[in-house]
Amino acid sequence: MTLTLKEVEHIALLARLELDAEEKTRYQKQLSDILDYVAQLQKLIIPDQPLTSASGIPAARLREDQPRQGLSTDEALRNAPVRRDNQFRVPPVLE
Amino acid sequence: MGNLTDLTARECLAALESGRISSQELTQACLARMDALEWDIHAFITPTPEKALAAARAADERRADLKKRGDIIPPLLGLPLAVKDVLCVAGTRATCGSKILENYVPPFSATAVQRLLDAGAVVLGKTNTDEFAMGSSTENSAYGVTRNPWNRERVPGGSSGGSAAAVAARFAPAALGTDTGGSVRQPAAFCGVTGVKPTYGRVSRYGLIAYGSSLDTVGVLARSAEDAEMILRLMAGHDELDATSSQEPLFQAAGADIPDLTGLRIGVPVEYFIKGIQPEVETAVRAAIAEFESLGAQVREISLPHTAYALPVYYLIAPAEASANLARYDGVRFGLRVEDGGVVEMFMQSRGRGFGAEVKRRIMLGTYALSAGYYDAYYGQAQKVRALIRADFDRTFEQVDAIAAPVTPSTAFPIGGHGDDPLAMYLEDVFTLPANLAGVPGLAFPVGFDQAGLPVGMQLMGRHFGEATLFKMGRAYQHATDWHTRSPLLLKKI
Repeated sequence: MTLTLKEVEHIALLARLELDAEEKTRYQKQLSDILDYVAQLQKLIIPDQPLTSASGIPAARLREDQPRQGLSTDEALRNAPVRRDNQFRVPPVLE
Repeated sequence: MGNLTDLTARECLAALESGRISSQELTQACLARMDALEWDIHAFITPTPEKALAAARAADERRADLKKRGDIIPPLLGLPLAVKDVLCVAGTRATCGSKILENYVPPFSATAVQRLLDAGAVVLGKTNTDEFAMGSSTENSAYGVTRNPWNRERVPGGSSGGSAAAVAARFAPAALGTDTGGSVRQPAAFCGVTGVKPTYGRVSRYGLIAYGSSLDTVGVLARSAEDAEMILRLMAGHDELDATSSQEPLFQAAGADIPDLTGLRIGVPVEYFIKGIQPEVETAVRAAIAEFESLGAQVREISLPHTAYALPVYYLIAPAEASANLARYDGVRFGLRVEDGGVVEMFMQSRGRGFGAEVKRRIMLGTYALSAGYYDAYYGQAQKVRALIRADFDRTFEQVDAIAAPVTPSTAFPIGGHGDDPLAMYLEDVFTLPANLAGVPGLAFPVGFDQAGLPVGMQLMGRHFGEATLFKMGRAYQHATDWHTRSPLLLKKI
């Protein structure tokens, strides 16, 4: 298969996804199949061109640097899984 | 008078304007129909009947007040609409069809939604969707499947399956959907309704919970091209809050006349009429193209040579963008949190438990395609091929005004029909993906039925910002035919 189990575990770690053993084996097969399919693109030889030409996204326009009303603290915290005062409470980031 | 729920959006507005019906009566009729049929169809994740009735009452009062004062009446005042659950409606939960956002309540509405609310629309509720809009059947929702109103064993399509089913079942005269790889057009085709995917940048993506940022568009599902056009015009236009929204001026409003298609050039791409299409789909689409000819259009064969690459290109670019967009679901500020150990553990468990299989697959695909050592070969190469696909369209539109094609290789497939075969599901999108990659608009509408009684849809694709041409053609076709007026018989009397 295109992907080894170790590679699947590495990708899952990069993507911060906890997978059980069954998922790892299943995704290994499915992702390998998909990657085999999309690999056909590598056969195309394409002359160099600017990468930005494809998406058609306009260049960024900036507005005046004037302060504006945003979400209130309360609105911003309303969906917090764990809140303490005006803060999102999380497990320690540094040991 | 017949059922109020049989009225198209335009007919609703005319009846509201003349005073023949009230918004409360209309909204009540929609809700009653939902009460009778939702146990089976399940078009909605979160119906909001109390809010809808309150809004309808307010709309009736406002109409009476504005009339008294002789002021302008907002164009959609009192019209009930359904909204796909990836679009934010302030104060109502937005789940995106995922467990990870089961209790997320947005503090703001999407710009597209807000513009329709400002126009007076009444929201009936949030409709079912494949999780984070990733899917072609609405089977990837964490909140159950939606059944196709034409045949309950079949999928409604996806990812806007809930919205398409809501319109087909006449729960709402119109609904908002989103189209990133075909997710408005394909369910429109499967459910026998009209669906528009606008040009990328035509409608603001602010408040549309992001899947693929260079591909996502907000679209409309309705029972006619005329209705879809009316609603799209009200949502469209530049938005400061979306840096990718275009300054392009709004397209012209439709006149009252039946459009004249004389001289309009339609291209029929050979690459879309491949072996493997259900014969009845091809027959119905070709008959519709012949109808356009009889309406005055000139039809010619064209070629979009890079069509076959659209699938691999999309399934590299979209997952790559999704992997970045879904990184925010980490249990910190919103959504599911599984607190178990340190902070990295929290991320891994929250995401592992909160996301469904298809979402995890796409995140991993995207992560891989963007990772060191693979970026150029996968993502970089896909972007180059995307430019070629777009160039195919640009070149074609020098010769024709619209491209006519099937929307799907078959009519609605059975629920569970693709088992656990992601690639087989991806192949459903072959005809819709190119428009998303190129950013061009597409209009899907019903053109017949197969032997099993399932709807067949076709699509017209147009130039960038050329929606007016597509709507003109759609209106002309729907004036000459009546496929779009058919609806499944779900109840004898209500």
